[in-house]
Amino acid sequence: MKIAISSSTGNPDTEFSARFGRCAYFLIVDEGEDNWDKISNPAASAQGGAGTQVVQHLADQGVDAVISGRYGPNAYDALSAAGMKAYLANSGTPRQLVDQVQAGSLRQAAGATGEAMHGQGGQGGRGGRGGQGGRGGRR
Amino acid sequence: MTQLVILSGKGGTGKTNLSAAFSHLYHQKNPGQKAILVDADVDAANLALLLEAEELSKELFIGGAIAKIDPVLCNGCGRCQEVCRFDAVSSQDEKFVIDLIACEGCASCLYQCPENAISLNKQQAGEWYISETPYGKFFHAHLYPAQENSGKLVALIKSRAQEELENSGAELMLVDGPPGIGCPVISAVSGANIVLVVTEPTLAGLHDLGRVLETTTHFDVQVEVCINKSDLYPEGAQQIREFCQEKGIDILGEIPFDLAVPRAMNQGQPVTKFDPQAQSSIAIKGIWERLMTVID
Amino acid sequence: MKRIAVASGKGGTGKTTVAVALAESLSVENDQIVLVSDCDVEAPNVHLYLDPDFEQSKDVNVLIPQIEEDSCTGCGICSEVCQYNAIILLKDRPMVFPSLCHGCGSCTLNCPEKAIREIPNQIGILERGIGNENIYLRHGLLNPGEPLTVPVIAALRKWNDGFSPELEIIDSPPGASCPVVEAIRGVDFLLLVTEPTPFGLHDLKQAHQMANELSIRTGVIINRDGIGETDIQGYCRENGIPLLMTIPLDRKIGAGLARGDTLLEIYPEYGDKFRALYKEVDQMIEEAVGL
Repeated sequence: MKIAISSSTGNPDTEFSARFGRCAYFLIVDEGEDNWDKISNPAASAQGGAGTQVVQHLADQGVDAVISGRYGPNAYDALSAAGMKAYLANSGTPRQLVDQVQAGSLRQAAGATGEAMHGQGGQGGRGGRGGQGGRGGRR
Repeated sequence: MTQLVILSGKGGTGKTNLSAAFSHLYHQKNPGQKAILVDADVDAANLALLLEAEELSKELFIGGAIAKIDPVLCNGCGRCQEVCRFDAVSSQDEKFVIDLIACEGCASCLYQCPENAISLNKQQAGEWYISETPYGKFFHAHLYPAQENSGKLVALIKSRAQEELENSGAELMLVDGPPGIGCPVISAVSGANIVLVVTEPTLAGLHDLGRVLETTTHFDVQVEVCINKSDLYPEGAQQIREFCQEKGIDILGEIPFDLAVPRAMNQGQPVTKFDPQAQSSIAIKGIWERLMTVID
Repeated sequence: MKRIAVASGKGGTGKTTVAVALAESLSVENDQIVLVSDCDVEAPNVHLYLDPDFEQSKDVNVLIPQIEEDSCTGCGICSEVCQYNAIILLKDRPMVFPSLCHGCGSCTLNCPEKAIREIPNQIGILERGIGNENIYLRHGLLNPGEPLTVPVIAALRKWNDGFSPELEIIDSPPGASCPVVEAIRGVDFLLLVTEPTPFGLHDLKQAHQMANELSIRTGVIINRDGIGETDIQGYCRENGIPLLMTIPLDRKIGAGLARGDTLLEIYPEYGDKFRALYKEVDQMIEEAVGL
């Protein structure tokens, strides 16, 4: 399983970054291997839609699972649609967190966890089937 | 780690004055600790005026992109104007030009232009700063007038502030939020674990309190309320109390209208530092103490 | 039709108070029909003072793409052209995020299979009604949770009911960024309401610069004079901005507005003051046109 972890330093042995959409880097590693790869986050200064852009980019890299601190509604929906596992962590270095995934001690997100930049998935972004129009909220 | 965001709905209720006072009180009560401070009202950034901020660094902010038509290549077909949904294209001397202010950077015209005469260029839309203050590192920005306030600049300074929070071991991020409920507010609240709404006992204040609370329900965040200038209109304060009770929201305290606040503003200081015995300072201290106990 | 907008930079300085006072003072005289457009669609307040019967409403929709699964080949062009990351390609299927969509239509135009239809996504609502006989009020309300303010303001400004009043007064949102710009585009004059505090001056400068970018003439109203000592008059003098009115800090005004009374209801003499202000503004508008 290829895992990506959000990071502000790009170093697998320093504390991970809890921010999924706009962290500076992602560290990518194959579970059980030591082949750490550091990639810059293309969405780090994105105008809105950082979460969706990140998921697209990671999907293009063949990532199967991500570890971060929280996932906004758009990011969460995109991860689900991509079939990627979304793990939640509170603290730890990327290396430690990957070990925790292997040990089964890290839990997966069951939904968005509050962060939503520039737009909510809530009112209509649950377009999981590739192109649903939102109902739009009434006030 | 706590991220506290201060909102209001209606402008002018006192968010910035309260943010400054809280910064001061936190540092006073936790001398070894510094908070990370953020002014997320990038459109009208006033918190710096109260924090004795000393600029450490300044960076350019590149905002959204704007389209530009090369008049040499333009053949005057007007396809760009046909497809533009933002009234940003007008004709000039038998060719077409883009209104920089109206353009939203969607690039629809760029893809439709048969002559490839259109390019998309990012614009410098503002600046952002990291400053030192007596109360902690301060992240703030200045959005140039008439720019798109897409929340991107807010997201950027919060992101940098978050990095500082993680690296420095600080325990509190305090965010002075913008008025309203739109994109900049959504960006400001993102990642917060507690929101304090500052309201005022006016008809407009109550109405906008309702709107901002409707907005915060979209976030998984704890919401508290306090009433500023509470003695301005006692019936109004009572209406707010009843409204909050219906919603199951606690009112952490009420601050009387107090000219010590603008006097402190004139001196460039939080009111709790300028005049600790002022009625407003005493009330603000009470609210801060209660806030510290309700943060889970 | 003449259009006068009221803006401020700083929130809470009294834009709505001034917009309502101007409307009331003009509507009673000469049977002048006044339209008030409350463009503060995130937190509109004019209706709280004018208490109109809202008889008409209209949805504000952003057209968002819906992809026809059968026709889609997974080429990903829609995702490439989208500047807002509102469409991404996952496992060769496009996925749309309506809340990020600006409704520009680019994806639809660029799809080589014509596999995209656009459907309306409601983000807000417009309402219109009569306040008193001569004041028509219309406003917009952004749905809480929706991020995009500008399309609601744009829709409000364009809302045409075939009705042409002689004067439109626009109450704008606070600040000096794109929602304000959308609210005040093309107006004949901009009233900037400020307060004599450091915040008031700081944000006045921002708003004034915005007006300059838009080439709109401005005049300043100082509200809550006495609340601070900042020299707004000096700034106006240095920059050649006419100072049109000063309203003192007055607890009676504060309490009255809190209750929902208008300035003219609290102090009727403001009727004459605002009529005089309008004459001055009108003259400046006429002079500018004559140039």
